[in-house]
Amino acid sequence: MSRMTMREAISKALWEEMERDESVFIQGEEVGLWGGTYAVTKGFLDHFGEKRVRDTPIAEAAIVGSAIGAALTGLRPVAELMTINFAFVAMDHIINEAAKLHYMFGGQFKLPLVIRATSGGGRQLGATHSQTPDAIFAHFPGLVVVSPGTPADAKGLLKSAIRSDDPVLFIENATLYQTRGEVPDDKDYLEPLGKSKIQREGDDVTIVAYSKMVQSALEAAKMLSEDGIEAEVIDLRTLRPLDMDPVIESFKRTNRAVVVEEGWRSYGVGSEVASRIYELAFDYVDAPVKRVAQAEVPLPYNAKLEQLALPQTEDIYHAAKEVLYG
Amino acid sequence: MPLSNEKKKEMFWTMLLSRRLDERAWVLHRQGKIAFHISGIGQEAAQVGAVYAIEKGKDWLVPYYRDLSMLIAMGMSPTDFVMSLMGKAQEPSSGARQMPSHFSLRQANIVSHSAPVATQSPHASGIGLGIKMDGKDEVVLTTIGEGSTSQGEWYEAVNFAAIHQLPVVFLVENNRYAISVPQEKQMAVSSAADKACGLGLPGIEVDGTQMFEVYDAVKEAVDNARKGDGPSVIEAKMYRLTPHSSDDDDRSYRTREEVEHFKKEDPIIVMKEQLIEQGLMTEEEYKTLEEKAKKSVDDAVEEATRAPYPKGEEAATPVYAEEENHD
Repeated sequence: MSRMTMREAISKALWEEMERDESVFIQGEEVGLWGGTYAVTKGFLDHFGEKRVRDTPIAEAAIVGSAIGAALTGLRPVAELMTINFAFVAMDHIINEAAKLHYMFGGQFKLPLVIRATSGGGRQLGATHSQTPDAIFAHFPGLVVVSPGTPADAKGLLKSAIRSDDPVLFIENATLYQTRGEVPDDKDYLEPLGKSKIQREGDDVTIVAYSKMVQSALEAAKMLSEDGIEAEVIDLRTLRPLDMDPVIESFKRTNRAVVVEEGWRSYGVGSEVASRIYELAFDYVDAPVKRVAQAEVPLPYNAKLEQLALPQTEDIYHAAKEVLYG
Repeated sequence: MPLSNEKKKEMFWTMLLSRRLDERAWVLHRQGKIAFHISGIGQEAAQVGAVYAIEKGKDWLVPYYRDLSMLIAMGMSPTDFVMSLMGKAQEPSSGARQMPSHFSLRQANIVSHSAPVATQSPHASGIGLGIKMDGKDEVVLTTIGEGSTSQGEWYEAVNFAAIHQLPVVFLVENNRYAISVPQEKQMAVSSAADKACGLGLPGIEVDGTQMFEVYDAVKEAVDNARKGDGPSVIEAKMYRLTPHSSDDDDRSYRTREEVEHFKKEDPIIVMKEQLIEQGLMTEEEYKTLEEKAKKSVDDAVEEATRAPYPKGEEAATPVYAEEENHD
């Protein structure tokens, strides 16, 4: 185990997989000489060379589209989109191509492709740089959508994503890059795609979250504990396929749940998780499932307004109190 | 090496078979036996000429939906095509999961696109990138209609290929119409080949009704790409003799006089006369080919009609390559 930041964990996963497999390469805007907008690929160009660390033109459709083409030849591209907000420019390739090629051509072609992008707000980057549109991508069968909440999971999941024969959208939260945690050193340390994970045990209320909101949920759980309430925090880690097993198992003990996401509430991750709880554990419901999410506005630039719109630890704390009628 | 006479006759046969097959698809649609057809009638000379310039089974073909005769040239049987029209289980592109004419054959290195136009272009560049990174001497031939070169993705793809000198030939099949919108409302230049000069690669214009001229132009571009001299854009000019698809009526957007005029330049007629004139084929031999094509198409329809439809449960897979990713 080593203590490291999320940025280091992601960088290490990429580095190790590139060392392990010659067919893995990186392409995207600013990934080479500059080392990535978020410095994830710093030092990669010197070590792996221009052939495998490729600066692209500012053309997201070409970045993802050509990565699809390269994957069709058997390579394992990791395409970096500077932020997930720019994925909208490449949406056709993500939704109409990457998610469907395997099915649409009867399984003839595999698509071992990873698309990395940062999601989330909180850094005063305005409405079109700060979105959390993760749920949109999870809507489409054919994509795997991963978004880790801890450094260890970031490393293990990204390595699994690169080794997977399916297209994976790997969503990172930029405000988590400095978050530290213990990360296994094993070069074959893998976390399974499509498996939720209990990050904190408790019997009073189930808090379901992913990505940055896992950290907020853990903080809220600490506050609740001081009030004598023990929350179980479940990290979805993968939005598609969605693993509800630990959530349902937990809910059957606690009978109360809060679902937290940084994105908007309407048609969101919380809506999906709540529906599934009602479908799978209706007889265990003691209180309506509470959703904590972003206010339904484009995210403002002003720091104070931005924080008002984003879900906060206190919101999770209060939501948990509400489902406990406390 | 110039094309042998045998090769030339084989190419004409491919054109003719594709034409008769395409025509039968329209009939099947009018009979209510298939849901949809999108036609390549009028484009066969360019398609066959171009596809003969690549090496079958080695090079890649990233076609668009009008390229029936390219697929026939690459080994797709008429029965395979009719099965795809009918949505039969053994249809090779997708097992009836995708619309017809979205051709894909893994063993022949053929992969096409979904439905939004020009998405195949960045894929072609990416395949070219993969070839170059692996140090292979394969080439990618990708096709597109002239209307689709208006898409940003086409420029992105051609630019990407030009920057990295990728082994890709971008063939524009200019049939003068994008559904109903004529070329002059798609671009201010007279040829899509002119767009290449702004992106730093050769742009060549060729008569798309002249199969061997198209072959020569594409062959040179393929040879250059294989040598490492980078990509090219080639525009072949032709005329779409049918409506866009079985879902539109072209009488609402072009005159019959115009269509009649271009019927005189039908590439089947042009190439037939050329072969007879050059002494490569007699009128008798042509009649035999027509009979052979008719029989081949009849047999294909009969065989495809007998073939089974997919079972309901087949619709559920294969969304993912890895079993555990299925939700």
